[in-house]
Amino acid sequence: MVERYELNKNLAQMLKGGVIMDVTTPEQAKIAEEAGACAVMALERIPADIRSAGGVSRMSDPKMIKSIQQAVSIPVMAKVRIGHFVEAQILEAIEIDYIDESEVLSPADPLLHIDKTKFQVPFVCGAKDLGEALRRIAEGAAMIRTKGEPGTGDVIQAVQHMRMISQQIRQLQNCTDDELYHAAKELQAPYDLVRMTGKAGRLPVVNFAAGGIATPADAALMMQLGAEGVFVGSGIFKSGNPQKRAKAIVQAVTHFQNAAILAELSEDLGEAMVGINEQEIELLMAERGK
Amino acid sequence: MKIGVLALQGGFQEHISALRKLDVDVCEIRTLRDFIAGIDGIILPGGESTTISRLLHETGLFRPLKEHIDQGLPVFGTCAGMILLASEIQDDPVSHLDCIPITVKRNAYGRQLGSFYTHARFEGIGQIPMTFIRAPYIASFKDEVHILAEVNGIQVAAESKKILVTSFHPELTDDLRVHQYFLNKITA
Repeated sequence: MVERYELNKNLAQMLKGGVIMDVTTPEQAKIAEEAGACAVMALERIPADIRSAGGVSRMSDPKMIKSIQQAVSIPVMAKVRIGHFVEAQILEAIEIDYIDESEVLSPADPLLHIDKTKFQVPFVCGAKDLGEALRRIAEGAAMIRTKGEPGTGDVIQAVQHMRMISQQIRQLQNCTDDELYHAAKELQAPYDLVRMTGKAGRLPVVNFAAGGIATPADAALMMQLGAEGVFVGSGIFKSGNPQKRAKAIVQAVTHFQNAAILAELSEDLGEAMVGINEQEIELLMAERGK
Repeated sequence: MKIGVLALQGGFQEHISALRKLDVDVCEIRTLRDFIAGIDGIILPGGESTTISRLLHETGLFRPLKEHIDQGLPVFGTCAGMILLASEIQDDPVSHLDCIPITVKRNAYGRQLGSFYTHARFEGIGQIPMTFIRAPYIASFKDEVHILAEVNGIQVAAESKKILVTSFHPELTDDLRVHQYFLNKITA
């Protein structure tokens, strides 16, 4: 199992510098692949629509996910509810490439996340801070992403989570060996992982940004803040010109430090998704799961 | 010696770390300007070949890169990098840089559940660790191509002139010998 976990972390390493796009149909998956997405997230409704529809939101129909697996050659990910290990067993049975145990869906368990060490397929999980990230890694997550606030087109929370994780890692780097025991207590995370993170100065797995990324500038912002790649959910297929915006965001992640290229990429993209401000949201999805 | 690592998408940082351990100058190649600054060899890393190919075109790097490789710029492609260098891709009408006469099969071992780790012999080096992530393999090749490694009877590493390709990811292990092999090819 140790070897399988390494291989699963390795796949995330190959996704770095890339954009993972939410898609709801094989046609959208093809658009995403042609635009240069390094993976797609197959789901029945994108987060903005989940948010407006309300009600209980669950794993997508496996038939729909399989149709997307057939449409593209890049890795296909799909979401399960927090704690819903049977949804995860089902996705493993259809050989999904990555499972996102996601707060965007309605949580199935009020306390526990899935014991991800019991699975062969890799998991990505959301985290608002370092303690949450390390708890998910202890449970077997092979990749971490910020939680952002999905479906809003507002990047404020992704920024907050990314800055928080980076700041807490810097604090660990300054800890003496005896202080690390206390840090583990404060972070509510296993000591071994806390120590490893402090010594390496980075999370032990790949860390992407997710939630509210709608423009090339948003994507580059998250990369400059230390993300190793980005998830874009509603931002692409809720915008005026999905093809063009998808391509621009892919390039923005590659050229995130080159303002001249970012300026060109930001031109004439049509209408961005309208979005909702953080203060206007009634349901904070990022607060699901701790 | 200065080695460029194509840094458009994928596991380029891992190659940079491996090269730094071997004490060579390394630079990231993202734009034409980075490329024409002058390098003695280039690594095309793992990642998604469709993504990297798209970005090669968008950045205007595609044609100059192909021309330099065809004129003898030493190149080492791992996984997606091997797909980019291959002359043909099985079941796909499109090929990319078309620099080495091999036909590769993409995702040849299936989805992520088919990813695996093993040890096998690499000609001129010996037994080495090999990490295969949604890996391609070499389905067929022309005579001028020299096979360097096989796993279960399937070709997973090859060279032709100054071009080196592997299905697996030496940069994901601590073993630096395949990178050293590439550096030796440059100076040979």
